[in-house]
Amino acid sequence: MAVRHTIVGIGSPHELEDALRAAYYLADEELSTAAYLALALGKPLLLEGAPGVGKTEAAKAIAGVLGRTLLRLQCYEGIDATSALYEWNFPRQMLALRQEGAYGGHVDIYRDEFLIERPMLACLRRPQETVLLIDEIDRSDHEFEAFLLEFLSDFQISIPERGPIRAYERPVVILTSNRTRELHEALRRRCVYHWIDYPTPEREMRIIMMRASGVSERAARAVVTAVGRLRREPLAKLPGIAEAVEWAEAATLLNEQGARWPEAFRRSLGVVLKDEDDLVHIAPRIDAILAEAQA
Amino acid sequence: MTDTARPITLFLAFTALLRRAGFAVAPEQTVAWLASIELLGPRSIDDIRRAAHATIGPPPERFAEFDALFDAHFLGAIVPGSEGEPSEEQPPRAAEDSSIGPEPLFGEETRESGAKATTAERLSARRFAPGDEGETLRRFARALPARLPRRRGYRWRSARTGPGTDARRMFRDALRHAGEFISLRHRQRRLRQRRIVVLIDVSGSMKERTQAHLAFAHALVRAADAVEVFTIGTRLTRISRPLRLRSREQALANASLVVADWDGGTRIGDALNAFLAVPRFAALARGAAIVVLSDGLERGDPSVMADAVARFARLAWKIIWLTPLAADPAFEARTAGLVAARPYLDKLADGGSIDSICANVLDMARERAA
Repeated sequence: MAVRHTIVGIGSPHELEDALRAAYYLADEELSTAAYLALALGKPLLLEGAPGVGKTEAAKAIAGVLGRTLLRLQCYEGIDATSALYEWNFPRQMLALRQEGAYGGHVDIYRDEFLIERPMLACLRRPQETVLLIDEIDRSDHEFEAFLLEFLSDFQISIPERGPIRAYERPVVILTSNRTRELHEALRRRCVYHWIDYPTPEREMRIIMMRASGVSERAARAVVTAVGRLRREPLAKLPGIAEAVEWAEAATLLNEQGARWPEAFRRSLGVVLKDEDDLVHIAPRIDAILAEAQA
Repeated sequence: MTDTARPITLFLAFTALLRRAGFAVAPEQTVAWLASIELLGPRSIDDIRRAAHATIGPPPERFAEFDALFDAHFLGAIVPGSEGEPSEEQPPRAAEDSSIGPEPLFGEETRESGAKATTAERLSARRFAPGDEGETLRRFARALPARLPRRRGYRWRSARTGPGTDARRMFRDALRHAGEFISLRHRQRRLRQRRIVVLIDVSGSMKERTQAHLAFAHALVRAADAVEVFTIGTRLTRISRPLRLRSREQALANASLVVADWDGGTRIGDALNAFLAVPRFAALARGAAIVVLSDGLERGDPSVMADAVARFARLAWKIIWLTPLAADPAFEARTAGLVAARPYLDKLADGGSIDSICANVLDMARERAA
């Protein structure tokens, strides 16, 4: 196993945590350890967690820290190799053939210029400049998951017309999943794993203060308390960190325009709960929750 | 070499312990773990623990168990009641599910139609029950994918024959072959699996069977794509999400934590109406195959139940009612609720044993709705 102790000057989980904080991402020790190990061991990093806990943000922050471009591959039901790997540009091949054919010349139609790179191929070809994010892998089919297995273990793909393409260095790959279904054991095994949970109140508070602009500490604390309460309710969609940040911002905005505090929170409830049934469910208790949060 | 040997055996013993406890640990994960420990220093026991979390990656719902094993192994703490959880393959030991209480093993009640079962039969059923159960469900899960109810979807797929030509595919192929159209492609509607909605009666009268029904629901959820499971009793609870876990024991334990009205009264009509009143749930029933596991002993107003079943029948593709009472060949719908609801059901059949439930569900796609 090829182990690198330092990557772009980062030699320990703590250094990575500091670097991530500089990139406006607050990682806890578990996450920074997992991310550091993934980088050091050259394994993909699998992040799982409820929607809105900052999985994709983590990937963006890691790419920022490494100073690499993020290639994002959004998975969906029915995603296949042509949208993930590469495709030949048939119209251009045709044109080139017609043009050369007219002069009786010979043309190699499998040159780079006819190859349309998709994220996975781009990542293999330029591993030092890119971070590949395979987002919401639980949405893809089992076939695609099996196809990923091959890619993630060898970091190699083969194009029939060109032969295998192999990364000269293990690329940084981050996978995220909302856990709407369980991933295959073989895929989990190849990755360094981290489950991102909802943050502790103190950490969420720091995140809001860092991410939201012009939110007072009091408002942030109230939002954290109220969101914490909401997460204990049996809602269809629990509010994530992004929602908490937006709520703090929205309520602050309304407050600046003259709405009083509990009213500002209540009127901006739509940025936290985005489901009619949830709103109906919480309506009778929202005043009590807000009062408790304000205290 | 010799001075490093001891810690390594200590770590390897831990992975062996994990495997015995039913965690899947591959050799490459062990190697990655050892490499990580070296990478991190390790400065403290927490480094070793975090490295284990990251490289071995226990599923989140088993974190507590994982940490308890870790503490027991490395810190010498005492593990609360774990002498190796059985893995999925082993026959499940009931009575471990705390919240269900001292319920009999599942399968125990198989083939006892009413009070006629003799003691001898009862004993033999008891002896064979647990293994039988798991085996039946495994066979069911294997047979299911081919026999799921399906409907025509909205998306097209390319095919050799079909009602229309697949122009897009043909042009794409033509580009590949220097602009020549070589073959005629057709397209067909893609088949999609119909959603299956399972309603499990958890009232007192079904007490003996709920455990087996949950095990069946778990097998169904694991084997098919779109399955929703609800329990009905005095209220309605959605348990599709907890049942999605791979390990049956874990899934059943989680599901039983969610349900609050075990062994209560029966107000099936009200529970069904509650289901239909939530638009999101009612949408689940549209075009779905609905399986009700209940004896239909309604304490509330039978006409409410009949109306609710009628509304279900109009929404759903098919609705089958499996009652344990029908295990008796001389069975007829006699309770007021079931008599009133009978005309709207596509099928009222035996749900007395896991075998018959599985058989009825497998047959669902074959017989067209009457």
